[in-house]
Amino acid sequence: MSTATAAPTGQRRDWSATLRGALSLRETPVLVALVLLVLATWLVNPRFLAAQGVKDLLLNATIAMMMAAGQSLIITTKSVDLSVGSVLGICAFTTGYVFAEHPGTPIALVFVIGTLVGAALGAVNGLLATWAKVPAMVITLGTLYAFRGTLNWWAGSKQYFAGDRPQAFGDLGVATIVGIPLLTVLALVVIAIVSLYQYFARSGRDLYAIGSDPAAAKVYGIPVGRRVLTAFIANGALVGLAGVLYASRFNSVGATTGTGMELDIVAACVVGGVAIVGGVGTAYGAAIGALLLTTITSALTAVGVDKFWQKAVVGALIIVAIVIDRVATISRQSQLRKKGGAA
Amino acid sequence: MSSPTKPTRTRSSRHTTSGGKDAGTSSAGPLGGDLLGRLLRSRDTHMSVVLVAVILLASWMVPRFLQARTMTFLLMDVVAILLMALPMTLVMVAADIDLSVASTAGLSSAALGVMVEGGVPFWAAIGVCLVIGVACGAFNGVMTAYVGLPALAVTIGTLALYRGLALVVIGDRAVANFPEWATGFVTSTIGGTGIPWISIPLALIVLLFWLLLHRTPWGRQVFALGHSLEAARFVGIDTRRTRALALVLSGLMASVAGIFWTLRYSSARSDNAEGLELTVIAAIVFGGVSVFGGKGSIWGSVCGVFTVGVINYALRLDRVPDVVLVTITGLLLIFSVVAPSLVDAWKQWRHRAKVAARAAAPTPRTGAASA
Repeated sequence: MSTATAAPTGQRRDWSATLRGALSLRETPVLVALVLLVLATWLVNPRFLAAQGVKDLLLNATIAMMMAAGQSLIITTKSVDLSVGSVLGICAFTTGYVFAEHPGTPIALVFVIGTLVGAALGAVNGLLATWAKVPAMVITLGTLYAFRGTLNWWAGSKQYFAGDRPQAFGDLGVATIVGIPLLTVLALVVIAIVSLYQYFARSGRDLYAIGSDPAAAKVYGIPVGRRVLTAFIANGALVGLAGVLYASRFNSVGATTGTGMELDIVAACVVGGVAIVGGVGTAYGAAIGALLLTTITSALTAVGVDKFWQKAVVGALIIVAIVIDRVATISRQSQLRKKGGAA
Repeated sequence: MSSPTKPTRTRSSRHTTSGGKDAGTSSAGPLGGDLLGRLLRSRDTHMSVVLVAVILLASWMVPRFLQARTMTFLLMDVVAILLMALPMTLVMVAADIDLSVASTAGLSSAALGVMVEGGVPFWAAIGVCLVIGVACGAFNGVMTAYVGLPALAVTIGTLALYRGLALVVIGDRAVANFPEWATGFVTSTIGGTGIPWISIPLALIVLLFWLLLHRTPWGRQVFALGHSLEAARFVGIDTRRTRALALVLSGLMASVAGIFWTLRYSSARSDNAEGLELTVIAAIVFGGVSVFGGKGSIWGSVCGVFTVGVINYALRLDRVPDVVLVTITGLLLIFSVVAPSLVDAWKQWRHRAKVAARAAAPTPRTGAASA
């Protein structure tokens, strides 16, 4: 277990210890990278940090950040959910459908509907994975196709456009509070709640125990099946909410909405310090990872790098992030060994 | 599980711990019977039966399925997936995974296009593409086996990296001026049979991979380290080299798939074969490969790829829209992994019912009515 997931001790620590603790957090490198990237880009092109630029950047990242936060719940339990792109598509299309077929539906209700649809689809994944005792990766690979096909069958070639939705709902996608887009504020609140749950709640701590060693967690008395199912439902709900935000933010939703997102989201988690082998990582780390990946693309555009290089740079960054994480883990373990603690 | 008292064996698609060994030891059936029993219970046999059933069903439901043209187009459709599925089987049996195969294919396609356009001799260009594939696989292999990073994380990274390099190489252009004889060969058929020429090298490649995994010491090593990396290391297997080699093979075959794709559609683009990695994994998991490693076979993977291919092709002939096809792929995959659990659950329930009946009535045949 890393320091990032160590339980809070509650005793007052002096300032330098706090600093050392902050530096040894798994989320620190990615945060530093994000700050350096923004600074460097700003020095090259000051317009990068203009109000409109920041707003667009945050809006583009919001959906991926929420999905990465949800995915972190799953990956910490040693599973992975590959169906998130399809779930997002279904929830975004549902939003469009509700507004188009039942005009006058309150906006708050639409948010609830989208979230519930997502949670239901997450429950399907979770039930199949926990009940059949097969790796979640295989089940969610299956539901990736099954959900996408269902959406195709339902949507066909139909698309819902911004014009089909009430003005107020579309305005959510552009409204700001102190320069931060409203949707982003909403996402940040949700991510904060998830992070606090992971850090303080007993069932949240259980997720790390399950990811570190499922067999030991079972022996210890943690209801592994129920916890993993809960993680899947929570992730589904977050993706559902992200789907509603998608419908508010983007012009059209259709059968192909969200295709191919799944691996980007997993990549964001990996960059944000969520170890793919489970047991380690936080929702806010994953969200920072998603923000970093989105920012890279914008930053490269801002400094005038050829757009064909962007994807390669993102790929290289993912590799670098994994290597840095590995090096940090090894050094941490050797330090622990020197101290005489358990490695 | 208790030792079964009655020799009736339900044919489940999973070896239960008791069912696998009771024949041929104490009950001393002839060896042939044991072999037959084992054959009936093996996953490969099941997959073959499924494939034959799907072909028969397709012929019966879709009259136009039974044409020479079917052979041609069906094979054309599965070649790229099969080329990636064979090494992917090795990689997954070794408990790793390679998500970068489709991107490697895209990169080799882009490279081929740019080189042919620039006037590089065709065979030299093919050679360079194969080297690129090996290099991509080697990078995955070194990062995974020697640096010790999880294959899933590494290959998600290289999935983006190699696809990005494909974009760098060719941009958003498409190159289409390939030599006539090369694109012609890829799509030509043997006489009037409808069997594509390409199926001969393909059959050879399948045979090679089958020999490699099931008939060589190296193949045994792959299974061993898929079961337990620690144990394999203690036995003296060079686990790092074995894992890296599997990933190198994966990269090599992915570039072959990319070359085939380019010639088949006479088009080199950066987004060729995009998203195919999950299709490949779905097909071979359906064919019996375990994501945890240590389980799987070349024949099973071949059957898996062809089963999905036949279903998709038949439905497309029947004018079922493409959109429904993905649903069926997904449901097949889910059902194939959930089925063993279903069978187990049913067996346990029956076993519990029996025990309950016995407990309720010490004298048999009276409590049976209530159970």
